[in-house]
Amino acid sequence: MFTTIWTPLAPTPLLWLTLTVAAFAVGQAVQRLCRKSPIANPVLIAIVLIVAVLRITGTPYSEYFAGAQFINFLLGPATVALAVPLALNAEHIRRSWRGLGLALLAGSITSTVSGVVIVWLLDGGRDIALSMAPKAVTTPIAMAVSQEVGGVPALTAALAIAGGIVAAVIGQTVLRWFRIDDWRSHGLAAGVAGSGIAAAQVAPLNGLAAAFAAIGIGLNGLITALVVPLLAIVWPAF
Amino acid sequence: MPFAIVILTGAQLIGEVLRRLLHLPLPGPVVGMFILALALIGPAKQWLAKTQTGPSMLEKSSSTLVSNMGLLFVPAGAGIMAELSVLRRAWLPIVAGVFISTILGLIVTGVVMHRVMRRAERSSATTQFDSHRKET
Repeated sequence: MFTTIWTPLAPTPLLWLTLTVAAFAVGQAVQRLCRKSPIANPVLIAIVLIVAVLRITGTPYSEYFAGAQFINFLLGPATVALAVPLALNAEHIRRSWRGLGLALLAGSITSTVSGVVIVWLLDGGRDIALSMAPKAVTTPIAMAVSQEVGGVPALTAALAIAGGIVAAVIGQTVLRWFRIDDWRSHGLAAGVAGSGIAAAQVAPLNGLAAAFAAIGIGLNGLITALVVPLLAIVWPAF
Repeated sequence: MPFAIVILTGAQLIGEVLRRLLHLPLPGPVVGMFILALALIGPAKQWLAKTQTGPSMLEKSSSTLVSNMGLLFVPAGAGIMAELSVLRRAWLPIVAGVFISTILGLIVTGVVMHRVMRRAERSSATTQFDSHRKET
């Protein structure tokens, strides 16, 4: 009975599309119930719900993605849309170019090198270390860089999303420990350390944060695409 | 609304084409973001001009997309499921690597930005004060 209902429904993209949006709506409702706490991250809640449904129904990921790819596709226009807060706050960005440049460089190199060193210290192996190196940047750049230096692109994508969730969930708390209270620093740190997912957490809170997150995502992608291949060359045999 | 969609997907398309032509190390949407931002600062300023009913169509559409951006990461995020075998094989280096390097990246970026900005603002504040004193 169950399979006869399930089988004609499963191939339609609409089912997975609807479930994905519904799972995210549940995540947002939970976050609202938790008084907008970043710990109740809607992305994380939705991913857990979807993975649970896929497991229970025995659906392979490829079949799910065939339906959900339409949502995934919107990531492109949404990234472009960050140009609007960027343009509206251009004057702020121009005025803080020195801090922006220094923080970008320092943060980018810190997250790249520390990721590789930690995996290496804990005997994770070269493929995992190299997959970890570009994980702070936006997923398509991270995967391309990973491919180039001999990492595993699919693993890098998973690490990038996991890192983004970590930054979204605890980023604001950690920065407040260091008494950082301005939106420019919060936005930039989210963009550099957690790319899109962390940006999605801070961007709706403040336009200035959205602008600095956008510039963080873009320029960190550029720096990482240059630094990681260099790292792989100067440190060939660990 | 259609106008905003054309601008966003059009900028992405231009970014994609430029990336291929110039072999840029950035994905198409990121190139498109920078190009659209430059356009909106200069030649296409009127696209962001306030209308009688509030912010422009482009600004409204963009802020809807940006404030729901989290949803768009769910399909790719569920792909973590497919990597669970690697995670089981080496969970400690992976979990420690993701957590520690992400937190270090956050702290270093935030602290450097905050310190440099505060110093810059303090020094510009003192120069303003000095020039004010000279006047009086």
